[in-house]
Amino acid sequence: MNEKVIEVHNLVKKFGSFVANDHLNFDVYKGEIFGFLGANGAGKTTAMKILCGLSAPTSGDVKVAGFDIYKETEKVKRNIGYMSQKFSLYEDLTIAENIRFFSGIYGISPKDRKAKQEILLKNLDIESAKDSLVGSLPLGWKQKLAFSVAIFHDPKIVFLDEPTGGVDPITRRKFWDLIYEASDRGITVFVTTHYMDEAEYCNRVSIMSEGRIEALDTTENLKKQYAAKNMDEVFLKIARNTE
Amino acid sequence: MISIQHISKSYKDVQAVRDISFEVQKGELFGLIGPDGAGKTTLMRILMTLLIQDEGKATMNGFDVIKDYKKIRNIVGYMPGRFSLYQDLTVEENLNFFATVFKTTVSENYDLIRDIYIQIEPFKNRLAGKLSGGMKQKLALSCALIHKPEILVLDEPTTGVDAVSRKEFWEMLKKLQEKGITILVSTPYMDEATLCNRVALMQKGKVLNIDTPRKLVENYSRKLYAIKSKEMHRLILDLRSYDKTDTAYAFGEYLHVTGKNDEVEASEFENFLLKKNHTKLQVFDNEPGIEDVFMDLMQE
Repeated sequence: MNEKVIEVHNLVKKFGSFVANDHLNFDVYKGEIFGFLGANGAGKTTAMKILCGLSAPTSGDVKVAGFDIYKETEKVKRNIGYMSQKFSLYEDLTIAENIRFFSGIYGISPKDRKAKQEILLKNLDIESAKDSLVGSLPLGWKQKLAFSVAIFHDPKIVFLDEPTGGVDPITRRKFWDLIYEASDRGITVFVTTHYMDEAEYCNRVSIMSEGRIEALDTTENLKKQYAAKNMDEVFLKIARNTE
Repeated sequence: MISIQHISKSYKDVQAVRDISFEVQKGELFGLIGPDGAGKTTLMRILMTLLIQDEGKATMNGFDVIKDYKKIRNIVGYMPGRFSLYQDLTVEENLNFFATVFKTTVSENYDLIRDIYIQIEPFKNRLAGKLSGGMKQKLALSCALIHKPEILVLDEPTTGVDAVSRKEFWEMLKKLQEKGITILVSTPYMDEATLCNRVALMQKGKVLNIDTPRKLVENYSRKLYAIKSKEMHRLILDLRSYDKTDTAYAFGEYLHVTGKNDEVEASEFENFLLKKNHTKLQVFDNEPGIEDVFMDLMQE
């Protein structure tokens, strides 16, 4: 895991006088599962938008998938995938239509799409539901499908913004099986979550508070450093309530 | 007291709530624990007189949810899952509005909300729509309490809220319970079950089990192991391929693993995994948590 796919140096983002991101510094490596934690309002979403090329930093150097976030925004977007609980797929399109739509956006040829779609449907065991509206699927299916579509174009990095909210404990763990598989294939996974047990599944974790990264390390080292028995305790010690 | 007897409710061909019965005692903090689609919101909306059940009977402090709906609305406080205050009114205006609707004043019942409202009072002139998630939650709770309800019903108040704010919210609920308010609260976070007096574990419209969190865990009858190695993903895959494994799921730092039967020993898992060249291996007996109980009930 030596190849850096995200490089952030002195990233600052201000909204007026409010400093949402205050000199962030971190690197994320190829195939790594990187947990991006913090309390509500700590600045996670702001930083994620910048990394996805949706918002420009006020200052600092940021490279994502090897591309400069200021000058090569479009190349960044081509090389990343994104999924959140709030937005993932079009509910009023079928599974196959969603795949066709996203393939079109990412420039995947119809021939490649068909081959890859077959594999995707088979892996998720949803071949029979290909022509069902996404809105009619159980939430657990939707989430797994949304993740598979987010990495359909083989991005270098996939950003997951609270991907597992609301599902039952078994479905939540099956979702993490997909995350592990993507990581094994060399895709970097950048994930936010409010489930502290999920923080333990990450290779490394950063914890933000009031716009700054207060801690960044493996979960094992963080627990040692903060004399905590689990990540929940580490989080409570670091993420003071900022409201 | 809340009494629910054989309540069922369907939407077209979806059975949202299937023959649910239980009681919540006066002054109890009772939790509905389950994922989306378990039927938690439907059940709450029936109790709040916002939805009429297909079958069964339910009462709130003796009042029938259909016949006495007007009386119930005076004695219950409700915090829906979606933020439902007026976004274009200020914090203070929202609170005054709800007090007026219930023919009372903010000052009359200020005692009850003081601890909560004091945290958002510095922002009392801000529009509710401009508040952060945690502050919206505190305002919604204040508005639900302003008419001094006997029963408080909270639909997933901590969903999408960070671990710190969640902890604070539960501390607020404990304080309200000490004031004698009966509280029914739903949550998808299994770890919050331990903060309730009793819980109903729900899935797909049905109650899987009802008990105190401690009894639920004590009644978990299976032998459970915690297992860890240097390569956690390979560990899951290897354990799932082992013919003596029943379930293997990630639980934070460790996997929680059950055998096909309770005769499967820790040493058998250990030997199997050593043969698969796992290093830094740990295998030991483990105490189950609510989430283990829930997953076990789901599979029955």
